[in-house]
Amino acid sequence: MQTTKSILLVEDDRVDAMTVKRAFRDLNVTIQLAHSKNGEEALEYLRNPDNEIPCVILLDLNMPKMNGIEFLKIAKADEKLKKIPIIVLTTSRDEQDKTESFQGNISGYIVKPVDYEKFVDTMKTINVYWTLSELPVGE
Amino acid sequence: MRNSKPILLVEDDRVDMMTVRRAVKDVNISNRVVHMLNGEKALEYLRDPDNKTPCVILLDLNMPKMNGIEFLKVVKADDTLKQIPVIVLTTSREKIDINESFNSGVAGYVVKPTDYKDFTEAIRKINQYWTSSELPN
Repeated sequence: MQTTKSILLVEDDRVDAMTVKRAFRDLNVTIQLAHSKNGEEALEYLRNPDNEIPCVILLDLNMPKMNGIEFLKIAKADEKLKKIPIIVLTTSRDEQDKTESFQGNISGYIVKPVDYEKFVDTMKTINVYWTLSELPVGE
Repeated sequence: MRNSKPILLVEDDRVDMMTVRRAVKDVNISNRVVHMLNGEKALEYLRDPDNKTPCVILLDLNMPKMNGIEFLKVVKADDTLKQIPVIVLTTSREKIDINESFNSGVAGYVVKPTDYKDFTEAIRKINQYWTSSELPN
C-alpha cells in the first residue's frame, strides 16, 4: 500500500487493534493506521471531509452499535465509499458470516490467526497483495 | 487458492492466456484454469449448472463482444454469481478503468507485468492472498 495513504481499521477489541498495529510495525509498514471502534464511528470517520479516505478498510464483524455486515452494506451503497476495498478480519469462521460478507462485496475474508507470527504473516500477505493491486483514486 | 475449484480466466488474447496458464503451473498452483475468450462466453460458462463455480475470476478488460467492465457489472448484479471474487488482470493503468473496476466491485486490480518473472510473482502473490482469504461456498 502506498505510504502516502492510510488504512482504516474497524475493530472494537483494543487488544486486537493493538495486535494489528504491532504487526504493521514489525513489518515496517509505515502507512498510517486509523482506528474506529465500531461501524458507526467508522462511517463518521469516513464522512468527515477532514479525514483522508483510506486505501483499504480492515473490518471486524462482531462489534456493538453497528456490526461489520451493517457497516459493509452502508459503505457499499454509498457512491463515494463503495470503491474502497474492504477486507474482513475476524475470528468468525461462521458460514453465514462468510456468505453475507461475500454477498456484500468484500475484497477478502481473513480469519485472524491466533498465533502472533502467523498473524504477522497474514498481515504481510494482505500488504503484499494490496501493494501489487492498483487502488482506486479519490475525487 | 484456498480451495480446488477452477480459476476462470476471461481473456481474449491467446498469448496472454498461455502466459497465465504457464505462470499458474510454474508457481505450482493446482487449480485448473478454465479459459473464456470474452465476457459473453464467460457468462455462459458461469450460468451452465454443469460447470463448476470458479474460486476466483481473473478478468481482462479490453475484449470484444462484451468487455470486462460490462461483464463485471452483470456478474455483480447476479445473486448467484456476485460472491465470486473478481480480480482484474489487464495492461491498462488508466485511472478511469481502475475506478470503474472498484466501483463495480472488483477484489483486486493487477496491471500485467511485461517481464515473465514479474508476471509469475504477481500470480504467486494473487494465489497467496486468495489462499489466506476464505472463499465463498
